[in-house]
Amino acid sequence: MSFPWAKNYEPKQPLMKWLDEKLPLPRLVYNAIGAGYPVPRNLNYFWNFGVLAGAALVIQIVTGIVLAMHYAANAGVAFNSVEHIMRDVNAGWFIRYAHMNGASMFFIVVYLHIFRGLYYGSYKAPREMVWLLGVVIFLLMMATAFMGYVLPWGQMSFWGAQVITGFFSAIPVVGEPIRVWLLGGFAPDNAALNRFFSLHYLLPFVIAGVIILHIWALHIPGSSNPTGIEVKDEQDTVPFHPYYTAKDGVGVGVFLLLFVALTFFSPNLLGHPDNYIAANPLSTPAHIVPEWYFWPFYAILRAFTFNFLWIDAKLWGVIAMFAAIALLFFLPWLDSSPVKSSNYRPLNRKFFWVLVVDVLILGYCGKSPAEQPYVILSQLAAAYYFAHFLIILPIISRIERPAPMPNSITEAVLAKHADDASAATA
Amino acid sequence: MVRPLGFLVGLGFIAALLCAILTTPLTNEPNASHEFHKHPKHLKLASDGMFPHWDKAQLQRGLQVYKEVCSACHSLHLVAFRDIQDLGYTEGQVKTFAKGFQVPSVNPDTGEPATRDGLPSDYFPGPYANEVAARAANNNALPPDLSLITKAREGGKDYVYSLLTGFQNPPANLPKELRPGPGLHYNPYFANLNLAMAPPLTKGQVTFADGSPNTVEAMAKDVTAFLVWTAEPKLVKRVQVGWAAFLFLLIFTTLTYLSYRNIWADKKH
Amino acid sequence: MTSETDISAGIEDGVRRRDFINIAAVSFAGVGAAAVVLPLVNQMNPSADVLAQSTTEIDISAIQSGQAIKTSWRKQPVFVRNLTPAEIAEAKKVPLSDLRDPQTIDERTKPGKENWLITLGVCTHLGCVPLGAAEGENRGDFGGYFCPCHGSHYDTAARIRKGPAPKNLVVPPYEFNSDTVVTIG
Repeated sequence: MSFPWAKNYEPKQPLMKWLDEKLPLPRLVYNAIGAGYPVPRNLNYFWNFGVLAGAALVIQIVTGIVLAMHYAANAGVAFNSVEHIMRDVNAGWFIRYAHMNGASMFFIVVYLHIFRGLYYGSYKAPREMVWLLGVVIFLLMMATAFMGYVLPWGQMSFWGAQVITGFFSAIPVVGEPIRVWLLGGFAPDNAALNRFFSLHYLLPFVIAGVIILHIWALHIPGSSNPTGIEVKDEQDTVPFHPYYTAKDGVGVGVFLLLFVALTFFSPNLLGHPDNYIAANPLSTPAHIVPEWYFWPFYAILRAFTFNFLWIDAKLWGVIAMFAAIALLFFLPWLDSSPVKSSNYRPLNRKFFWVLVVDVLILGYCGKSPAEQPYVILSQLAAAYYFAHFLIILPIISRIERPAPMPNSITEAVLAKHADDASAATA
Repeated sequence: MVRPLGFLVGLGFIAALLCAILTTPLTNEPNASHEFHKHPKHLKLASDGMFPHWDKAQLQRGLQVYKEVCSACHSLHLVAFRDIQDLGYTEGQVKTFAKGFQVPSVNPDTGEPATRDGLPSDYFPGPYANEVAARAANNNALPPDLSLITKAREGGKDYVYSLLTGFQNPPANLPKELRPGPGLHYNPYFANLNLAMAPPLTKGQVTFADGSPNTVEAMAKDVTAFLVWTAEPKLVKRVQVGWAAFLFLLIFTTLTYLSYRNIWADKKH
Repeated sequence: MTSETDISAGIEDGVRRRDFINIAAVSFAGVGAAAVVLPLVNQMNPSADVLAQSTTEIDISAIQSGQAIKTSWRKQPVFVRNLTPAEIAEAKKVPLSDLRDPQTIDERTKPGKENWLITLGVCTHLGCVPLGAAEGENRGDFGGYFCPCHGSHYDTAARIRKGPAPKNLVVPPYEFNSDTVVTIG
């Protein structure tokens, strides 16, 4: 893999030489995120979010391991054990709030990472595998986040578990037995809480594993870039270290500033008050909402209110919600335009922004109660969501006339600087 | 293959949604209670904002209101007596305070349930042995635990304060079905408009050692401030640590930015 | 020669100025990471509720002379023993030079309350609970306590006399509130 001009790892000290012969771990790091990985020189700040997602995962794993030292996965004491962490464990409030808001930060970063990929066509050949693995990571993240939200055993935890496992009961014939099997009972209780805890602890490490594959697959063609033009020669690239380690450092700083502001100044901003009420299987909160990162999908789920054809509305909703994510797996083949970057795709660029607004509307509807005008709004927005990926994107990728493109990354960079210079003199 | 199949699937979802749109009524079921429901009044406390502190005198008064009024029906089971040292009490005062409570225990000779004097390490005992007893004593309503109440309600402290001071006679135009039934009390800040709790505070009910006013308004403020503390005893520390972390990171981010500019100085990008 | 060093020094100065900001950024990252590690390590220390239970009151009125009870303090067993005059005399008889961890019985009890021997029931070898506090248990070769795990023998003042344990059974901090109530911790 990699480009012929990539720097070669040459250990200088005898110890590093010895290590390189026996276990070339430093070489691996050097070639993955060190000076041995040539990266296009024109990446903008949107290329920070991969590293930031990695940082978020590390924060979640570290704080999570610590929380597991104090948390008790038992329906009788889980809620109080979380409050014990908040009140009595040394710095427990900090660790718990960091974990709680770390999940939100992780999703913010990953959503931006995904939309970066959508705008710049990062999912296209030769990086389809990178994209596919990314969608797998996203699915694993959603499963992990859902199970993590159940653990404090508040009202939203309990009813979230009830509603989400209820999706499976929409499946004809085997649905109900599957639901009972998943819960280990007829309603969420100890058995469910324990297995969710076990899996919540396991899945982040699975995610870490898939991230390694994601990065591995990325390193075969090398990173994409804002022009979407592939790297042609050495001029087009800079070594990852120190150029992008420095740039990612800035990104990490800004990320941590936001994270700290959320964790220390408004830790419950993205949470729900009902989750500070201990789970009560006999009383449902007036208004059940999932965590914000599920709102768009929750809106799609609720948008289907009609028994269309031989499938009832409930099953339509569940199928549509899963399809909304699953269709991302087919994206590299739905969009057949050879041009990657939407900078050179005027039509696609417009629809991209429509999609962004559409997903924001879906999110707002998912948060709102199932009343008008949110119901019709979510139905229209859900229709656009599917139309965008399954109908509009395939069509525009055929009919669109791309804007003139530079010949190489370097040419694009130099043209930009010439523009800046002439703008400055003018 | 992917594109034609995707096209059909997309049409399927859109058709299902179109049918859903056409069959869903565009008007909401009228909900008269919305019209009478009020948003909570804002309550300003020392623990608000970006530079919070605890008004310890107020918290102590709030504790007194809880002890003399609320604790008759509401538990506070996440708070231990030792915690009130945060409110400015000495260790000795905490011990005496704890001794004033009887906590459940076991008779060491017979094994029968018994009570003993509270210790600082004990938690505030609840007024009822269990939920059934609580409901039986309250006309089948369950008085919620107050430890987390200001975090566990939409509107937080504002809601608690508004509820405590919001009891009033139902407005004349209130529809019959929204009027309080037997054992219920009208309060526009409560989601259902009518709640089982009777107005808990009356003027002059609690006498404060520091001579602070004991109107309903003042007592509601004090007890709400106290409940903000019980819900988040680490609030002030949290914001203080947050500032230290934030300022540190501000410098760090500036340095990384300068370092980034420095490293990229000779590269156009 | 001098001009050469001047030039290289000048270059180094420039490099140093440019490097300084990078080094500062990396150092800040290091300091920040260390500041975060601190709470992550500190969380393993006893939490506030555990520390709050660090005192225990015991009623000793029911313990007859020659008897002992086993109670607990900080989740560790505590032996409270009402020594007989014979046991006290026996403990006093032993020359300090014979002891592995020399201590007189007076040092291990409160003045005027020499018959009350209060020790942790934790063998100083590897932490097992020695026998001898309950009626009919093996009290070892010296009439005190005997640890069955690795055969440590303690005498009537709970001092180590034989076996692998290095120290006497620990006397916890305690006070007599009255003649019948003791507060440990």
